[in-house]
Amino acid sequence: MLRYYFALAFRSLRRNVLLTVLMTAAVGVGIGACMTTLTTLMAMSANPIPDKSSQLFIPQIDLSGYASEHYDVSSLARDFSYRDAMAFMGARLGLRQTATYPVQLTVIAPQGGRFQQLGRATYADFFAMFEVPFRSGAAWRSSEDQDRANVVVVSSRLADRLFPGREAVGRTITLGRRDYRITGVLQPWTPIPRFYDITYNGTRGAFAEPEDFYLPFTLAIDRQIQTNDFGCDPMARAAWAAQLDSNCTWIQFWVELPDAAYVRGFTNFLRGYAVQQRQSGRLQWVPLTALHDVMDWLDLQHVVPEQTRVDSMIAGGFLLVCLINAVGLILAKFSSRAGELSVRRALGASRTDLFRQCLAETWMIGLFGGVLGLALTAAGLSALRALRGVSAQSVTGHLTALNPQMVLITLVVSLIATVGAGLYPALRASRVQPGWQLKSQ
Amino acid sequence: MELLPILRTLGRNKVGAALIALQIAVTLAIISNSLSMIQQRVRWMDRPTGIDEANIFSLSNTWSADPPDPKAPIEADLAALRSLPGVIDAEATNNTPLQGYEWHWPLAKGSDHQQFTAWTAIYTVDEHGLAAYGLNLVAGRWFTASEIGEIHLREVKFPAAVVVTQTVANALFPQGNALGQMLYFQHAGSSRIVGIVRTMQRPGDAEGWGNPWREYCVFTPFLYVNNGLTYVVRTAPGQQRAIMRAAPAKLREITHERIIQDVEPFSEIRFRAHRGNRSTVMMLGALSTLLLAITAFGVIGLTMYWVGQRRRQIGMRRALGARRVDILRYFHTENLLIAGTGCLLGVAMGLGGNTWLAQRLEIARMTLLYACSGALIVLVLCQLAVLWPALRAASVPPAIATRGL
Repeated sequence: MLRYYFALAFRSLRRNVLLTVLMTAAVGVGIGACMTTLTTLMAMSANPIPDKSSQLFIPQIDLSGYASEHYDVSSLARDFSYRDAMAFMGARLGLRQTATYPVQLTVIAPQGGRFQQLGRATYADFFAMFEVPFRSGAAWRSSEDQDRANVVVVSSRLADRLFPGREAVGRTITLGRRDYRITGVLQPWTPIPRFYDITYNGTRGAFAEPEDFYLPFTLAIDRQIQTNDFGCDPMARAAWAAQLDSNCTWIQFWVELPDAAYVRGFTNFLRGYAVQQRQSGRLQWVPLTALHDVMDWLDLQHVVPEQTRVDSMIAGGFLLVCLINAVGLILAKFSSRAGELSVRRALGASRTDLFRQCLAETWMIGLFGGVLGLALTAAGLSALRALRGVSAQSVTGHLTALNPQMVLITLVVSLIATVGAGLYPALRASRVQPGWQLKSQ
Repeated sequence: MELLPILRTLGRNKVGAALIALQIAVTLAIISNSLSMIQQRVRWMDRPTGIDEANIFSLSNTWSADPPDPKAPIEADLAALRSLPGVIDAEATNNTPLQGYEWHWPLAKGSDHQQFTAWTAIYTVDEHGLAAYGLNLVAGRWFTASEIGEIHLREVKFPAAVVVTQTVANALFPQGNALGQMLYFQHAGSSRIVGIVRTMQRPGDAEGWGNPWREYCVFTPFLYVNNGLTYVVRTAPGQQRAIMRAAPAKLREITHERIIQDVEPFSEIRFRAHRGNRSTVMMLGALSTLLLAITAFGVIGLTMYWVGQRRRQIGMRRALGARRVDILRYFHTENLLIAGTGCLLGVAMGLGGNTWLAQRLEIARMTLLYACSGALIVLVLCQLAVLWPALRAASVPPAIATRGL
């Protein structure tokens, strides 16, 4: 019977091609616009490290006094000062922990040529904590953190650029005129959002590319390797030693706390540490502290730009208009078939039968609309990529990529929306009065 | 008039009419808000930087072997750049407008250096800065060669004289007597304002393109002595392309041991800086246009269907003496009623939506006038959309009335 309904629906759709095209186009354009913006929104709000996001924590501590005075967690500095980072590294209260900060150094390629490259100073735990995948080799050992060893881990992109077609592990690269031994090469790794360091121009670091080399934090501090933004005004950091001693916040500190006992232990330490800062006279207030896991953190910092949310709302409104439009058109379509439906009713079809038949037709519109919507979504996303001038491999490329999950969502949304829009017209059409209709013809 | 019969007919077709009205309302709410967002983004993109954008290009230079004192090589580079024929002037600077990081030195209200008044971006310039940037000096003077000091990375020092933008001058001294006054930095340091330029924008887009601090810039008479800085070169009109090729070659003549990156005209920098704004404008524009098209087609589709339904009724009216123009007017009036209701609703929804948006984005509040002009566009569009079905209706022959009886 269902096949018969679909055959009927197909015939009916063919009978009035203009109206069918109009309905399909309305649904398709609505779905396309909605999914184009939704793709970016969903990718931006995704969990970057799903299996561990509730075990990775970032503490915050108020060194400015403002947050403590106003009891305002949202105004806490995102980053740590060097002093605090070292105190927390020394406490070793997590299963793993790392202090880390972004750097930029000149790379000298073995085949000649120099270029600036963004990198990161970090502890060996970074890689295991954040499940960074290695293509070959491994992270340096924790003992090498203490020894300030000349070691480096590089991205596959940098390794392939410097040593095309050859194994990079064990080779030496020159960064900022010093030689480092490569201990490992990463697989392409693009956590989105880049949760471990979101600070850049507000929170735009969350959608920045991951760095291309990683070197020991201890070594970077020894060599006075600068970072771009020290998070405080210049008066406080005239010399390197003064900067390390200052309350400038420029270091990201992350800790892995696998269960509730660890979290309790760490929280106690954090509170005690805060009180101690007041007692020792370093701060004139007991600093406000906070501890967040990954998703909490991204939420609190509003890494998803408001414009993206607003775009999605607008696109949602757009879909609504398209659906209202579709309801009107479907209503018109069904009403014009009152005669045919009356004949079926008079010949013994029940109201439910008519209802099903009408729904089959909206299903088909939904399907066509969904396929069109999918094509338009793909087109819209590639238009966005072109407008922003990015390649598919970049972070923005990932944010505007049509993945299988989105394809499925698009089709399902399209079907549900269209069938939902078709419910009322189908209900009305199935209530046709056969006697009255047939007599009037 | 024939309002009453129209209303009675609509009453029999409540759902269809309500759907169209609702669709028009949502459309209006969305396009009026999109238009106000577009207008705002366009304003941001058009915001002047205050420099001679058409004739400026910049390049960044890093020596691969750290020179012990980069001052001499920087001065040699600048002399070389300035000697190129077609170059009006050149300048070494810590930052350029619209991109990269900024040095932000907060200003304080008074000589106690305590109370914060403004976030300012610091540009380091020498005596050539005015000509190299093509700035418009509106009061006072620019720096002289003897005033230029040196500043290094992470060094903090305050010059005796500074030049500020009109915005800074007005903010600190609303009476307009900024020239010759002292300007106090927060925590420490003060400088005398010796000149005022019309405007200058800060580097980067920290805090967004609409932020109120965009023109808060202070020029300091320093040569930024660092391995890694930006050269700004202003050329005579029409010479930029040639000099963009000649300049790196000229610098490499001095020494090859350097990395020259980002040789690009300022227009390119502006283009890249506003990529996000442009894509938002394009997207909202495309959505709004599509939305209007869909609503128009919706109106056509539904009116078409009504015309089909009412062929007999129309035929009868024609048979009873109504002219074609009466039939046309009937459908236009009907549409005006529906669209008018939708627009009233839409203006309310649009203003409501704008309030909601304003809590989230730095967005200009939409005035009633703005919403009403949006409504006018929608009304006219609907009237145009209904024209075709109405013409079809008007062409129904009166003889229909006698058929099928």
